[in-house]
Amino acid sequence: MNPAAPTRARDPALEPGSAPIPAGALRIALVGNPNSGKTALFNALTGGRAKVANYAGVTVERKEGVAHAPSGAAIKVLDLPGTYSLRARSPDEAVTRDAVLGRLAGEVPPDVIVCVADATNLRLVLRLVLELKAVGRPLVLALNMYDIAQRLGLRIDLEGLSAAIGAPVIPTVATRKRGIEDLLAQVETTGRGVAPSAGDQEENRWREPDATEIREAHRHAQQIMRAHVRPPEHPDTLTGKVDSVLLHPVGGLAILLALLFVMFQAVFSWAKPVMDLIQTGFDALGGEVGHLLPAGLLRSLLVDGVIAGVGSVLVFLPQIMILFFFIILLEDSGYMARAAFLMDKIMGGAGLHGRAFIPLLSSFACAIPGVMSTRVIDNRRDRLTTILVAPLMTCSARIPVYTLIIGAVIPQKTVLGFASLQGLVMFGLYAAGILSALGVSFVIRKLFWRGLSEPFMMELPTYKRPDPANVARNVLVRGQIFISRAGRIILPLMVVVWFIAVFPGPPAGAVGPAIDYSLAGLVGRAIQPVFAPIGFSWQMTIALIPGLAAREVAVAALGTVYAVGGGEANPAALAARLAHQWSLASGLAFLAWYVFAPQCMATLGVVKRETNSWTWPAVMFGYMVTLAYIAALIVYQSAAALGWA
Amino acid sequence: MNDLSMERAAFGSAHADTRTVVRLSEALLGDRGVIVDVRAEPTGEPHGVELGELQRRLLEFGFVEGARIELIHEGAIGHDPIAVKLDDMRVALRRRDAAEVLLVLDPA
Repeated sequence: MNPAAPTRARDPALEPGSAPIPAGALRIALVGNPNSGKTALFNALTGGRAKVANYAGVTVERKEGVAHAPSGAAIKVLDLPGTYSLRARSPDEAVTRDAVLGRLAGEVPPDVIVCVADATNLRLVLRLVLELKAVGRPLVLALNMYDIAQRLGLRIDLEGLSAAIGAPVIPTVATRKRGIEDLLAQVETTGRGVAPSAGDQEENRWREPDATEIREAHRHAQQIMRAHVRPPEHPDTLTGKVDSVLLHPVGGLAILLALLFVMFQAVFSWAKPVMDLIQTGFDALGGEVGHLLPAGLLRSLLVDGVIAGVGSVLVFLPQIMILFFFIILLEDSGYMARAAFLMDKIMGGAGLHGRAFIPLLSSFACAIPGVMSTRVIDNRRDRLTTILVAPLMTCSARIPVYTLIIGAVIPQKTVLGFASLQGLVMFGLYAAGILSALGVSFVIRKLFWRGLSEPFMMELPTYKRPDPANVARNVLVRGQIFISRAGRIILPLMVVVWFIAVFPGPPAGAVGPAIDYSLAGLVGRAIQPVFAPIGFSWQMTIALIPGLAAREVAVAALGTVYAVGGGEANPAALAARLAHQWSLASGLAFLAWYVFAPQCMATLGVVKRETNSWTWPAVMFGYMVTLAYIAALIVYQSAAALGWA
Repeated sequence: MNDLSMERAAFGSAHADTRTVVRLSEALLGDRGVIVDVRAEPTGEPHGVELGELQRRLLEFGFVEGARIELIHEGAIGHDPIAVKLDDMRVALRRRDAAEVLLVLDPA
């Protein structure tokens, strides 16, 4: 093994706190079909401790951990994205192909490939095994979910199968940690047999198969199946029965909607107390630190910049973990594929993939977990489209802003005899968000990525009981990823926003609020002419700038510029003040602006993290600002024409 | 597999005779049979990928000649997408991408 290999930067051996890994440690890579229990096997092998990063230059997640063989030797385990074939169709699958072939930049080729197979569903994976054999690297086949195969009365002649594919076969039950030691021992034996230099390995005979070769490989796999696998004595009938209910054209949709309703409620209501606790905790911490330090820049930086910034990142954590709890549950049970099946036609009308509905729905709570959960979409373009439109869904952070402005400018009256006008406006804002998200994705798919919507082909896996330990572990991993990666981007942005809102300080004897004299104030006044056609006063423009940190911050910022103390704590006073100062046209334009404007640094930070590039946050910012301006312009000018200015 | 009599039957109106060949895209809920051909020929529907690629994907998913297939579920709108039982596994796909798969129906 070359100690100067470029992966060193991510090497757990160099991470503080983990046991040192000898430089010559064996490297194995897990390859398998989706739904083969590969992640569960990875967790069983490594104890769930994984280092998660991105592969250089691509958005594909790289997961590596360390296993310990019965001999005590450390083995590095790389979890590769699931695939049906080495002929890559997505960036994820290209990573798997390149890693297996040993031509992934910055990645040391694996010493042993472990192909993970669902023992109850061997037909397709055997063809993948044949492809992997052609690569010429040492191969071990792990027959996972072997307990289920036995329960179904499926007889697999392990020795015969091993002889037929020319690789050792080890039965495993990842969720119960059975067969793990055998697998590790076998991997060690197989790995020892090969000299570390690639030159001594078997020749790589793999190349992209054409249709004839795929057919040929299927025939070969079929022969192996017939010779060594006896069909189940008690085939699984549960999945069929459950599907007849869950995939019912009408009933299935109703159940899906009910499920989503519960999920949505949970994300909102279960997270609320914890979020309040975090918020209160950070406010209290800020208060404490504020008392300890003398008034001045350092106190302001710590309290308003760092502590408030960390708080504003962590406050999203409960929603993210609850959301991912549901998503992982749906994935592991096998329901997610059914949900995508039910939603495909509806989402497809707007050019979105069936799987896009979970991220979009999540974005009603917050676009951050929404963007993060687009990982369930394999295809890059489908995923990017979903990411780009996710922030248009009305997130919970817009609610305080909407409530304040509606309360201030929309008269409290009943229309059509039963509906509250204020409620109708709120509903209209939600509807505007949904329609614009569908509209924008439609435009993206029809104008920019025309005809590139990929075929929708998806296995509907057999239903399985999710393993609680596995679910818990995966939820924790998502939480960690959010804190470590998103936090690193969001926090500095928060400090920047703090900086421009306090620097420079007001001159001695200044009368107006301090923010007037800051960079934010200067910028706000300077760009006010640009916002004049949409009816924004300079106070409104200034409030937009700290509001970039997070949408709801605009409420506090308006409180600051109008010198109403405690904008958030005392919204009624602020609303009264705004009602006095703002015309109806300006208020409506401000609402229209907020439907579209990218007033959330955290979302842009997460998009950067998820797409591994500043291009997509820039595109998102650009199109959303444009839409916001146009929408506010139309609203303001129409309202002004009606005499509401 | 491509003989003309079967080809013609594929576009016949009913599933009456015993060796009816249909495109999977036109199969009805409950139809079952054996796949006889997986093609890469234009059907007028865009797929987002070239036909050869679609054919290879279908083959990789197990849509191969000789596989047993049954249409087990369909979506509420326009009977699309569809879910099929393909030997032992279940696969969902859109009807427009299923047009390249021809199956001979079991005798009624």
